[in-house]
Amino acid sequence: MVRLSIHKRQAPLGWGACFVFLGAVAVSLVLSGILLRIQGKPAVAGIWLLIRSAYFSVYAVEDCLIKAVPIFLCSLGVAFAFRLQVWNIGAEGQYALGAVGASWAALTFPDLPGYILLPLMLLSASVAGGLWSFIPAFLRNKLRANEIIITLMLNYIGIFFLEYLVYGPWKDPTSFGFPMTKNFSAPAVVGTIGQTRLSWGLVVCILAGIASWIFFRFTRLGFELKASGDNPRAAQYARLPYTRLVAIVMVLSGMLAGWAGLLEASANLNRLQPSIMAGYGYTAIVVAWLASLNPLLIGLASFLLAGLRVGLEILQLDLQVPAAFGSILEGLILLTVLAGGFFTRYRLELRRRP
Amino acid sequence: MGKRILIGVTLVLFGFLPVLQATAAEKPIKVGFVYVSPIGDAGWSYAHNQGRLALDGMPGVTTAFVEAVSEGPDSERVMLNMARKGYDIIFATSFGYMDSMLKVAKQFPKTVFMHCSGFKQAPNMGNYFGRMYQARYLSGMVAGAMTKSNTLGYVAAFPIPEVIRGINAFALGAQSVNPKAEVRVVWTKTWYDPATEKEAAKSLLDVGADVIAQHQDSPGPQEAAQEKGVYSVGYNSDMSAFAPKAHLTAPVWNWAPFYKETVAAVRKGTWQSASTWYGMKEGIVDLAPFGEMVPKAIRDSVMAKKRAIVGGKEKVFSGPVKDQSGTVRVAAGKAATDQELLNMKYFVQGVVGTLE
Repeated sequence: MVRLSIHKRQAPLGWGACFVFLGAVAVSLVLSGILLRIQGKPAVAGIWLLIRSAYFSVYAVEDCLIKAVPIFLCSLGVAFAFRLQVWNIGAEGQYALGAVGASWAALTFPDLPGYILLPLMLLSASVAGGLWSFIPAFLRNKLRANEIIITLMLNYIGIFFLEYLVYGPWKDPTSFGFPMTKNFSAPAVVGTIGQTRLSWGLVVCILAGIASWIFFRFTRLGFELKASGDNPRAAQYARLPYTRLVAIVMVLSGMLAGWAGLLEASANLNRLQPSIMAGYGYTAIVVAWLASLNPLLIGLASFLLAGLRVGLEILQLDLQVPAAFGSILEGLILLTVLAGGFFTRYRLELRRRP
Repeated sequence: MGKRILIGVTLVLFGFLPVLQATAAEKPIKVGFVYVSPIGDAGWSYAHNQGRLALDGMPGVTTAFVEAVSEGPDSERVMLNMARKGYDIIFATSFGYMDSMLKVAKQFPKTVFMHCSGFKQAPNMGNYFGRMYQARYLSGMVAGAMTKSNTLGYVAAFPIPEVIRGINAFALGAQSVNPKAEVRVVWTKTWYDPATEKEAAKSLLDVGADVIAQHQDSPGPQEAAQEKGVYSVGYNSDMSAFAPKAHLTAPVWNWAPFYKETVAAVRKGTWQSASTWYGMKEGIVDLAPFGEMVPKAIRDSVMAKKRAIVGGKEKVFSGPVKDQSGTVRVAAGKAATDQELLNMKYFVQGVVGTLE
């Protein structure tokens, strides 16, 4: 009789992890193909269409990068907190507050030149987003409140606050009563790079990614964060300033989500409106885990996930499958890849019982 | 070998035949639709999709749709991809698509863009909507005649002029047959959320409403009314299948004639960017069939009113129309202008609720 047993890997898998990842992707694509077949659509052509329109055309790459920007910044933010084992589920609300902060500056000083207004918007988005994530950090440090619940609840408050503003004091009087602010003035719009549709926000992302990589790798604070995250109790014995670290990562986390809000409002929508809330804050959590909290991998994972969504849209358009089918494929692929992570940490052994 | 070639040629010919026919008769045309919610079995996107299906029957016309596209950047990408893939006409059917569509329209001057319910235009972008308030008025007459408690409940999405106009028209219709009728409004702040909509309807039932009307996409409020054993008025499409015992009627959209007209105009080259606001006369809005509980006398008076509105003899918002505070908003002997209708931000007398 054959028995299956599970063993924890003693040594990290290293490059083998890549094969596990690719294997998981392949499995999920085969499953997706079967689902397409059941729908009466061409399986192989459908999967090829999905991959091609997600990653292998100039348009696709452009679309992916545009969509990846907010996911990346939010994800980078939550990864900071997760490193310290502080569970910030509140990127969605911090993103909303960042958009509100940026819009406040854009609507209050529309006539300032861009080189003053954009930094001002960045400042106000950082303050608003950072403040929103400082509240749960403060409550956790002072009252030992559970940050998961506080950040989650603050999401709703943040979104309602945004809605209050666009339905109330900030509503454009010429919008026929629809909830949206006035269009931002030209200096308040983050421009595009050359002839592309990509905004300079992409450059912000690259810089932020590199900066956080350096931060974790080479700075003392970054080391303290990693050490405290790996073992909070040991860190406290080593007299690392744990509560201060919690506050720092949370504020950084909120600021980055806030920047994502700024870029979406300014570069993509050119105004504040409720549809700015697209769930990036929650997507960010999945992406951060997919990338095992590594800043550079987060960049890759954001791009891949954004591409998946772009590709699924094209699949919908060209094959006329329902939208729910797209969500099922996305869920299937994510689940398979996350489950594949199991094999990077454990190995299976087949044993013949005597 | 020769046989094989023959089969090949035949196959190719058959493959091309429909295309050839289409070019001979009329230029083939690709039409794309962008929906904000899943099509489902009823509601706003379902009604638009019925219009799309009507286009599929036209020779040489192929259509495609993408559903559940959120407003903002995602919608811009979907429209961009349709334009890149050579769609000739793109219909986007939610207000929030307006700015994105305008951006894409500027990049693709040869594509015709049609935006539903907005107000921005470009040389290749028109907008269209229907005078739903006319059908709302008629549904209000039915509700006003059927109520016993004189309290009508109205589950509404967002406090924007389109919705407010509908509530006011409904209230005026109800009052025209029952001066004591009052309309209680609950805002859900969502277009589509079956659970929230149903809960909102229950809260109205709890304060004594015995007819539930809605400006929502799901049949949730209909179900709530049926469970309580009272009446309901649907919206968007005929919702009688979800609550056969409650469903009195529904103001419904009928987009097919307008979509066909637009495609035909684009084909002939006579299409021009315009702001179209059709009414019951053109058939873009209508009333769903009455439930069997609606007595003949009521049906007759509603149908008479419908004829008067279609014939242009009567207008829904004809003065005097007073708002909740008693201020006259439309003077006696006058009718509200389209500008006033599009900007409506007040409730008429007899509506209980606030605009927040």
